[in-house]
Amino acid sequence: MSDIDTDQIIPARFLTTTSREGLGQHLFHDWRYGGDGSPRPEFVLNTEAARNCRVLVAGRNFGCGSSREHAPWALLDYGFLAVISSEIADIFRSNSLKNGLLPITVADAHHRWLLDNAGATVDIDVATSTLSLPNGVSATYPIDAFARYCLVEGLDQLGFLRKHDDAIRRFEESRPWTP
Amino acid sequence: MTVDAPKTLFDKVWSEHIVTEETPDTPAILYIDLHLIHEVTTPQAFSVLREQGLPVRRPDLTLGTMDHSTPTTPVRSLRDLNVAGEGAAKQVVRMQENCRDFELELFAFDSPYRGIVHVIGPELGATQPGKTIVCGDSHTSTHGAFGALAFGIGTTEVGHVLATQCLLQRKPKTLAIDISGALSEGITAKDVILATIAHIGVDGGTGHIIEYRGDSIEAMDMEARMTVCNMSIEAGARAGMIAPDDTTFAYLHGRPRAPRGRAWDDAVVRWRALRSDAGATYDKYVGIRGDALQPMVTFGTNPGMAVGVNEPIPSYNGNATLRKALDYMQLLPGKPLTETSVDVVFVGSCTNSRLSDLRQAANIMRGHKVAPGVTMLVVPGSQQVKKEAEALGLHDIFRAAGAQWRESGCSMCLGMNGDTVPQGKLCVSTSNRNFEGRQGIGARTVLASPMTAAASAIRGRVTDPREFL
Repeated sequence: MSDIDTDQIIPARFLTTTSREGLGQHLFHDWRYGGDGSPRPEFVLNTEAARNCRVLVAGRNFGCGSSREHAPWALLDYGFLAVISSEIADIFRSNSLKNGLLPITVADAHHRWLLDNAGATVDIDVATSTLSLPNGVSATYPIDAFARYCLVEGLDQLGFLRKHDDAIRRFEESRPWTP
Repeated sequence: MTVDAPKTLFDKVWSEHIVTEETPDTPAILYIDLHLIHEVTTPQAFSVLREQGLPVRRPDLTLGTMDHSTPTTPVRSLRDLNVAGEGAAKQVVRMQENCRDFELELFAFDSPYRGIVHVIGPELGATQPGKTIVCGDSHTSTHGAFGALAFGIGTTEVGHVLATQCLLQRKPKTLAIDISGALSEGITAKDVILATIAHIGVDGGTGHIIEYRGDSIEAMDMEARMTVCNMSIEAGARAGMIAPDDTTFAYLHGRPRAPRGRAWDDAVVRWRALRSDAGATYDKYVGIRGDALQPMVTFGTNPGMAVGVNEPIPSYNGNATLRKALDYMQLLPGKPLTETSVDVVFVGSCTNSRLSDLRQAANIMRGHKVAPGVTMLVVPGSQQVKKEAEALGLHDIFRAAGAQWRESGCSMCLGMNGDTVPQGKLCVSTSNRNFEGRQGIGARTVLASPMTAAASAIRGRVTDPREFL
């Protein structure tokens, strides 16, 4: 299904935390568990086939809605390394890249193949932004060059910004108006 | 002599805030003029500053409030408020500690200016044309109604802005949405934006900044424009903008944080230039006929699943997402929502909790009662809105009708504070998201305008507000 929003990924009542840890237990909580707290057997993450999967393949426009960074935190804490869809929402994509969760958008045909072949093993080469499917198809996925560099080199973006302190100060001093 | 290429409103605000230009290898460094913070999306960001021993770079450009997890139950003194849930209480305490330690202004429980972050920014006059405004909340798009570039960010980015007053950003694309024609009586900004999202889809604005234009928009007051821009994110766009005009300036004049005297005059001159130039081009264009709109209601589990209140719910035709949505909502295709009975009505949220929203709802409610079996909550967007509404006697109208009149906060929009819709119950809500479980586990949400919400409360079923005009 398409348009899976961040309220499904991590419901708001679990946002009353002051840390980034431990959110994986609440990932997709209300789809994953029944009212009595027992796992819903029909939900994909509760199936035996999904037990060790590290890549989430989801419908179009994944991660729409709220800006909560708790969504990628929960996916990472659960054990996912990448999310693949035919479209990924802007804020969720940005938040994912800030945390090392790889958001991958692919053409509809590859997306369809992945949805039809759940459990397939895919190869992701972060350095070349290439996704290889077991059917022999390889595709490069779009990713901002800087975001990729940060992922590969482990660059701290706050540190990068702070290195521009002089430029920020000059900007503040040269503005024709002050906020 | 070179002539500058015509620029859009967005281009102008963007280029005025570039500290370093983007290159193929690096994003732009974008300067932020106003950083709004609240208790839910900041604690982890402050932890990073503490770990690295960093101060907040510009406390004077940072403004804090508590809204998401705070209670709205009436109490004699706001000092007596008990926060629902241990986690929420801890967050509120942490917010107070962080603002104290980093010397940030916080509108705490006892502040008369406390309220929903997207209500108080404009109300204080801190939201101004041409500013860049961010907050760890996707409905930051609200502030674009003033011609600001305003968008939601994640908690890592909250840390970036606290420490450097800047963000790393790639320039987004632009989408012009022209809305033309006079709105009929009973049709509000909420109906305009729900119809717009239904038209372009919940991902229609992804990767874009929307500029809303046209005579329908120009005729709106600021509160209506805020309702429109607020839901830009529900179409996937991080920001929505409206060019500032005399309506904008009249709203801001005299507000506590607005410029005064000579500085005001200078600001207005600068603000008047914040319009898209003739001939400026956008990446995408959409047109909406404002004069053809009906009161809108949602029938599914995202804000794009909306129809006119008297129109039939569409059939799913093999669309699995739509089928799942209708199953969840317990609604059938082919029938209008007007046959659906209502359990709860919520008037509030950063979309529709301002004075004009409450007044529109009260005008319908006057002399009527909330239908038996229906619970109605009216939650003003800020303590100032509450005070103004009470000065007009609106609270008396709601109470006489049998509705609950609450303290300000996000409340039942996302149910973080204990204000939730019970399992399986249907709520007509003036908020912005009808996602599964958004208002409570198993809650079924129908998004609508304050007028439609009020009319539905009286009849006890989803109701066209024009029956009361």
